[in-house]
Amino acid sequence: MIGVLRAAWVIARKDLVVEARSRELLYTTLFFALSVVLVFSFALVRGADDLDINKAVDATLRSQMAAGILWVGIAFSGTLALGRTFERERQAETLRALLLAPIEHTAVYLGKLATLLVLMVGVELIIVPVVGFLFGAPLAASPWILIGLLGTGTLGFAAVGTLFAAMLVRAHSRDVLLPVLLYPIAIPVVLAGVRGTAAIFAPEADPATAFMWLTMLVFFDAVFVTLALWTFGPVMGE
Amino acid sequence: MTTTSFDFDTVEVRDVSKHYGRRRALAHVSLTGRGGEILGLLGPNGAGKSTLLSVLGTLMRPTSGEVRYGGKLSHEIGDALRGRIGVLGHDLFLYGDLSARENLEFFGRLNGVAALGARVDRALEDARLTDRARERVSGFSRGLRQRLALERALIHDPRLVLLDEPFTGLDDASCTALADRLRALRASGVLILMATHDFDSADGLIDRAWCLHNGRAHLLDAPAGAESLRDRYRRALQGAQA
Repeated sequence: MIGVLRAAWVIARKDLVVEARSRELLYTTLFFALSVVLVFSFALVRGADDLDINKAVDATLRSQMAAGILWVGIAFSGTLALGRTFERERQAETLRALLLAPIEHTAVYLGKLATLLVLMVGVELIIVPVVGFLFGAPLAASPWILIGLLGTGTLGFAAVGTLFAAMLVRAHSRDVLLPVLLYPIAIPVVLAGVRGTAAIFAPEADPATAFMWLTMLVFFDAVFVTLALWTFGPVMGE
Repeated sequence: MTTTSFDFDTVEVRDVSKHYGRRRALAHVSLTGRGGEILGLLGPNGAGKSTLLSVLGTLMRPTSGEVRYGGKLSHEIGDALRGRIGVLGHDLFLYGDLSARENLEFFGRLNGVAALGARVDRALEDARLTDRARERVSGFSRGLRQRLALERALIHDPRLVLLDEPFTGLDDASCTALADRLRALRASGVLILMATHDFDSADGLIDRAWCLHNGRAHLLDAPAGAESLRDRYRRALQGAQA
């Protein structure tokens, strides 16, 4: 038998090879994330300019919108990727083959989570600069805290999303059920990400507040990953 | 060879029942198999053959009864048990976007197969796919995929092999090759349990067979003279329906 982490790596590497060949998930999630960011930016940035009551208020509003739109793009595109991650294993019933292998079932979860993280980080590498450009967000103000917020927020969202995607893999209306189940649970992660990112993007960056939200995201990650690892085995049984 | 140390020689199904809600898929099924045997599961569609294979493959838990591998229950053995079971299902468990070699390497790694490169080369030879090893499986015919899927199921040298309709999609030469392969596995001490509707291909290959009907298993009588497997099955099915 091979260890959990090695099995997870084998599964993640297989998924990444398949994705590198088809690029199906990368292109669809990236296109969707960019569409969300562009639509919101054209709709809201002009609206904020029209307000023009006070330049300071306008800048604060703009930074909050940038943070919100960035995380909406991440959450929506992540949901799209989540559904397809397990759909691929369903097509030829290869999920059963993974469950038949002499590995701990949590390795399947960790492998899928790793694949999703790589994909979502790839999308973020494109849409974060786009949001910075469109909204004039100061990406370089506190880069390490921003990277920490994006990293922990993405991990928390993907951790709980991967579990739900696995639970729904045999449900007929899984595409509808996934966001319905996922968003109420993932809202604390998205909110913490938005508030932390807004604190960094503000005209007068507030790293202390951003760090507080980062700490909260680390806490959410610990809870979500632990719960997912604990429940994935029973969820996959039968 | 795999790195797992667990091994067993007998499989015993004791009074196993499986219910899906109110529907009964298996009812008090009992059978025993030993290494070096090929056992047949025959029966009409929906008789419970695939369910029994899933129970034996540890993918399902029986509602009642137990399955013992070398005298032990699956939960007493743990994950290592799955390293001694090979499953060829009706779905072939292959990734269309990976090549034949990559599929075998992937499942070999998951099963902890040592000297993987040489083992995969041998599996490709056995599947007669060496010259197409680098082609994506999505471009293969059903027969080619079936041959590859069998090698995928055997890549870790399992002790118990569960086959669900293994002759599906195979041409005559491939059916003969598969039968020869199964005889070789039997000679090496592997226990094979096969669900099939292909009586012609299975005739002369199966040592003992059960007819499943409405979830119940009926052992087929020994052949009377030159009686074919199909005739024995029909006689068993009539007895079960009576």
